[in-house]
Amino acid sequence: MALATRGTDQRPSMTRTLWGSTIGKKTVMAVSGLIMLGYLVAHMLGNLKIFFGAPEFNGYAHWLRTLGEPVLHHEWALWILRVVLVAAVVLHAVCAYQLSRRDRAARPVGYAHKRARATYATRTMRWGGVILALFIVWHILDLTTGTAHPGGFQPGHPYQNVVDTFSTWYGNVVYIVAMLALGLHILHGFWSAAQTLGVGGAARERALRTSAAVLAFALTAGFISIPVAVMTGVVG
Amino acid sequence: MRLTLRVWRQPDADTPGAMVTYAVDGISEDMSFLEMLDTLNEELILKGDEPVAFDHDCREGICGACGVVINGDAHGPERTTTCQLHMRHFEDGDTIDVEPWRAGAFPVVKDLVVDRSSFDRIIGAGGYITAPTGSAPEAHATPVPKPDADFAFEHAECIGCGACVAACPNGSAMLFTSAKVNHLNVLPQGAPERETRVLDMVAAMDEEGFGGCTLTGECATACPKGIPLPSITAMNREWLRATRKVAR
Repeated sequence: MALATRGTDQRPSMTRTLWGSTIGKKTVMAVSGLIMLGYLVAHMLGNLKIFFGAPEFNGYAHWLRTLGEPVLHHEWALWILRVVLVAAVVLHAVCAYQLSRRDRAARPVGYAHKRARATYATRTMRWGGVILALFIVWHILDLTTGTAHPGGFQPGHPYQNVVDTFSTWYGNVVYIVAMLALGLHILHGFWSAAQTLGVGGAARERALRTSAAVLAFALTAGFISIPVAVMTGVVG
Repeated sequence: MRLTLRVWRQPDADTPGAMVTYAVDGISEDMSFLEMLDTLNEELILKGDEPVAFDHDCREGICGACGVVINGDAHGPERTTTCQLHMRHFEDGDTIDVEPWRAGAFPVVKDLVVDRSSFDRIIGAGGYITAPTGSAPEAHATPVPKPDADFAFEHAECIGCGACVAACPNGSAMLFTSAKVNHLNVLPQGAPERETRVLDMVAAMDEEGFGGCTLTGECATACPKGIPLPSITAMNREWLRATRKVAR
């Protein structure tokens, strides 16, 4: 005699199952997070070209616009990338918001005896994420559209634009704080994404923790090296 | 030992509660935490006060009935159940905060007693096998590889006390649910419901209003039975596999 299970024969679609479940939403966050992480690795490596002078850096920026030609029209590859990234950011943020709301509601009455729970990187995931989202807005207004750029923004001359931004004290502060937040976010986020996608486990624990730490450190150090280089006059 | 206790007192689910301070004297360091509460209750009864209500049953750490948050830690400072926690882990003159498990899915019934039937409903959604088992089978009929048997046993140790939920900053029941799912999903006896079990139990867990997992690791640190954090990873793997296989 088989016991009746809850609606074995009527299953919702995969999208509904994913979006309707806490594990599904975390899966969306893990995948979108990894897409953004992959982009950041390429972005950081591209940024390092600034150390080889204005012609190389500006040439690289120009090449990005010709990427995929002649199959793709001018700048199409860049726009495809932008659409994918915006989708990843939006999905990541929406899931984080919904899950956070749910987590708060799961403990309506808190403990009288308070103590710090989990590691610093884990505790700062939510506020760190908000800081990063605000940073992205400023970063695009500063160096992509030029709306919030200090001095005259020159399209097609990213080398000079970067030097201009990092010649202001607030440009350096905002950028460095955001990159430290990024490192902490990746430190917990990368390892966490692996657990959510089910690829972690006791055997891979050390490899995943090390990879998360190396990625977090390399990205933070790589990005921060540029404002430091402008401040010290290595780039300028 | 002389102690100051600050205990959550709440007459019933609908009346708001508060932390109430009590002084207890004559506590032996060989007493368990529950015996210490018994001592307090004897004094309260003699004074004509209402004793502190708390859940307990076997008092040997295997039933999962007892469980309170002691100084912010589920089951207190040692990795064991409240009944197996001894007063030698406290100092004379300490002030100890005693609170119930805090979760929306674990409403307070009275004082330190919470209603954990949300766990029963998660079990009811798939924490069983449908194969008729009959009497004990011949041991060689269904071979189980040793690593699988160990994995299943490690998760079968879960006593469903709820410390994982109490310790989790998100009030998540992922460690509990993963222990139950992994225990049965790895065994041949649990194989027929492998996909529906994980999907239904996770859906039931979400329906009860438990929070989501952010992998803080607080649950595995608090678990008196040592259910490890990778159990959650294993359940995530099972859930994704089942979603791919079963969902349209």
